[in-house]
Amino acid sequence: MKMQEKNISANNFEQCIKCTVCTVYCPVVPVNPLYPGPKQAGPDGERLRLKKGLFFDNTLKYCLNCKRCEVACPSGVRIGDIIQSARIKYSTDAPKLRDMILANTDFMGSVVTKVAPVANFALGLKPTKVVMDAVLKVDKHRTFPKYATKTFESWYKKNVMSFQESFKRHVSYFHGCYVNYNYPQLGKDLVSVMNALGYGVHLLENEKCCGTALIANCMIDKAKKNAEHNIASIRKSVYERQMPVIGASSSCNFTIRDEYPHLLGVDNSDVRDYIELGTRFIYRLIDEGKVKLVFKKDYKAKIAYHTPCHMEKLGWGIFSTELLRMIPGVDLTILDSNCCGIAGTYGFKKENYEVSQAIGKPLFEQIEKLRPDFVACDCETCKWQIEMSTSKEVKNPISILAEALDLVATSEANK
Amino acid sequence: MVSAARGNDFDVIIVGGGITGAGTARDCALRGLKVLLIERHDLATGATGRNHGLLHSGARYAVTDRESAEECIKENMILRKIARHCVEETEGLFLTLPEDDLDYQAKFVESCLAAGINAEIIDPKEALRMEPSANPDIIGAVKVPDGAVDPFRLTSANVIDAKLHGAKVLVYSEVTSLIKEGDTVKGVEVFNHITKQTAQYYAPITVNAGGIWGQHIAELAGVKINMFPAKGALLIFGHRVNNVVLNRCRKPANADILVPGDTICLIGTTSSRIPFEECDNMFVTPDEVDVLLKEGEKLAPSLASTRILRAYAGVRPLVATDDDPSGRNISRGIVLLDHETRDGVKGFISITGGKLMTYRLMAEWAADLVCKKLGVNQSCITMNTPLPGSEKENIDEISLKTWSKPGATHKATVGRHGARAVNIGLKDEYDASLVCECEEVSVGEVRYAIDELDVHNLVDLRRRTRVGMGTCQGELCACRAAGMLADAHKCTDRAKNDLKNFVNERWKGMYPICWGDTLRESEYSQWIYSGVCGLEGRECETNKAE
Repeated sequence: MKMQEKNISANNFEQCIKCTVCTVYCPVVPVNPLYPGPKQAGPDGERLRLKKGLFFDNTLKYCLNCKRCEVACPSGVRIGDIIQSARIKYSTDAPKLRDMILANTDFMGSVVTKVAPVANFALGLKPTKVVMDAVLKVDKHRTFPKYATKTFESWYKKNVMSFQESFKRHVSYFHGCYVNYNYPQLGKDLVSVMNALGYGVHLLENEKCCGTALIANCMIDKAKKNAEHNIASIRKSVYERQMPVIGASSSCNFTIRDEYPHLLGVDNSDVRDYIELGTRFIYRLIDEGKVKLVFKKDYKAKIAYHTPCHMEKLGWGIFSTELLRMIPGVDLTILDSNCCGIAGTYGFKKENYEVSQAIGKPLFEQIEKLRPDFVACDCETCKWQIEMSTSKEVKNPISILAEALDLVATSEANK
Repeated sequence: MVSAARGNDFDVIIVGGGITGAGTARDCALRGLKVLLIERHDLATGATGRNHGLLHSGARYAVTDRESAEECIKENMILRKIARHCVEETEGLFLTLPEDDLDYQAKFVESCLAAGINAEIIDPKEALRMEPSANPDIIGAVKVPDGAVDPFRLTSANVIDAKLHGAKVLVYSEVTSLIKEGDTVKGVEVFNHITKQTAQYYAPITVNAGGIWGQHIAELAGVKINMFPAKGALLIFGHRVNNVVLNRCRKPANADILVPGDTICLIGTTSSRIPFEECDNMFVTPDEVDVLLKEGEKLAPSLASTRILRAYAGVRPLVATDDDPSGRNISRGIVLLDHETRDGVKGFISITGGKLMTYRLMAEWAADLVCKKLGVNQSCITMNTPLPGSEKENIDEISLKTWSKPGATHKATVGRHGARAVNIGLKDEYDASLVCECEEVSVGEVRYAIDELDVHNLVDLRRRTRVGMGTCQGELCACRAAGMLADAHKCTDRAKNDLKNFVNERWKGMYPICWGDTLRESEYSQWIYSGVCGLEGRECETNKAE
């Protein structure tokens, strides 16, 4: 019989055979009994929602969108996507003012960096925290990442842009909101590492927020607008200037590569392969014998690497850890694969604070027990969570490379 | 009122727990009669539970069978009012494909309007907006007031109301003979398959509502009804591809109706005459699966890539009139036989023919005749009296009134039981936990079904609650439900056998279409039940051989 030979449906949930392994790997299920779990919220719930939208269950908002269910699924069901799509399609809750503030990272950044010293001071004050807790429902235990006085982009334009064309090879850099408004140092580190490897680093045309937080807060129109803009800029970089795009944030990377087509319906198929994390890009160059790293002789560090959820989904943790392992004097431990609980803006919300900390608890305990010099991680929100919840500082592998490399010698080696 | 002296005396005995029997029992009970309803298996096991679940507008019969068409549209409008929780008002489309004759459309619409069916020709583009899964190549579309109706729910609601009005209901009770005095049927002798006991029940009137099996009941009374067993096969898909009923606008043929029913959709049917002996054990053949898919894809192309859950077949209770080999041309009209005037047998009537759609009218006719024979002057009120559960309007409203924060499980429960869902305990965590994950059936709902809805085994439970009707086909829910039944019946062995039967019954439906993900899932189920639970049995072997 010829019929149904290719019965792979666009409705990917049909491949679910109810093995329930997704629910076993869900970080929310063990700590929040209100959440029905990925199988129930995803493939099972979808059948009811296809019948009528009223079967949409508001408890789907407890999903972290960590995608660990998708990593676990042996049938290739995009469970997290099903849940997020359902929230986008059926949720009737309008985003609160708080959600808008949390989600509009680039708008907030561009405003607040102008008054950064005052804002940082005020956000750190106890009365401010109490008011934000009570009025905005931003949990008082949370500390906002400090805003920089000067954005990464302005530093870049003033200090390094002029000589980037002098390199033989080039990349574009998707820095993301965090680097631009809060922590330009990571961007500076990336530029110095890539320059040392013989690559000029360029900005994309008017980079906009990747939209991770907008998607999580169901602000889809704006997310889609940003996505379309970013993909157009990336396309220009890749096809007009022959520059692949690298980044240092696993979530930004993951959103641009996978969430754009899956959740926002923005086609990126012609550029997707040219967007990757800096650590993967560098690892591949080393692997192909195209670049050489020269490390400082006296660098020593005991490092614990935490794999962010979106890094698990990308499957790229190995590139960051293998790079770190190349550094002589590094004692690297890969922490057990656990969600840290923050999930971007999720953990900042008052109603999620306890769940967020309960999810991250095994990770925090493992870190404290291990007593590393610091933690390595490719995600900025994991960094905030681990720094807020443990005694350890968290560094991006790119920053660790910048510290450990003999930049001058590396530049020479790659001339 | 006719008085009943002995405990086993009734005003009327109704044989057959399909929708016709259930409807007749309700109608008679509402008119104040003392009713006994007898079913040899479970409620809705025969043709009642083996059809499309289509709330016919009557359009399908408008051209060929005007009388049925008129009955359908009238009953359609009545069921929308009295059986809200069993009905979904989806609308329906009659689509003309490039291979169909567009001229038929004009004749079709004209016949619909003549029968009182509001049929409206719409732009094919508009039809595709209404139902995006429809074949984009359509050259014509007519909108009609079709809908979906859940036959299990409908039967159950009729039985609940009959019981609320004093009726006695016996399931798993088979009529082994009719008690006759001369040419008068005085009652029935019944063998109870659960207790293995025989009992006699008496009533001045016995109603034969046995559907296709009514031929056999009639034989017990010494009269002959020539039934025409026309088998119809259907395929169930794993989820809905359409939310509007899709029909082919042509003379009724194979696989030309795609109905959204609860969480799934079904394509059907075929029509072929089968020997009477096969009625009790039907199998869907590969040829039938082929034709259903081939034609189904023409209505909604995505069916070609949609997972199929199972195949099943039912047998239409047609009354033979001529020698039409397929049975397509036999009227779907109602046949009410007064055996006193027809055959000289008093106290015995048969209600047959008809359709799920016209069950209420069939019941009205039968109950009218019963009342006339009993000299009871009570008129029918079922056309205006909502069934239990259907008193209130919508799922959201009922859910919000019953629970503070209704979730998907609560709403699914209300969807199945309507306003009666308030009787279902879902308050504590255990009651609200799920037995069937695919269909969101909770512990509380299963307990309610066991306690209140004549559930004796897992298959009965499935008909009342949809346990095991989802994509996993019992993989996760059957063992949990079996555990609850074991508690209720205080018998583990019985529950274990029951579980075996249930799993095999599910397998029977999966077997004809077992490929792709359905095959993967059935393998996984088998691994769970035989590998993890250690459930093995001879039944498994027999079914595999088949």
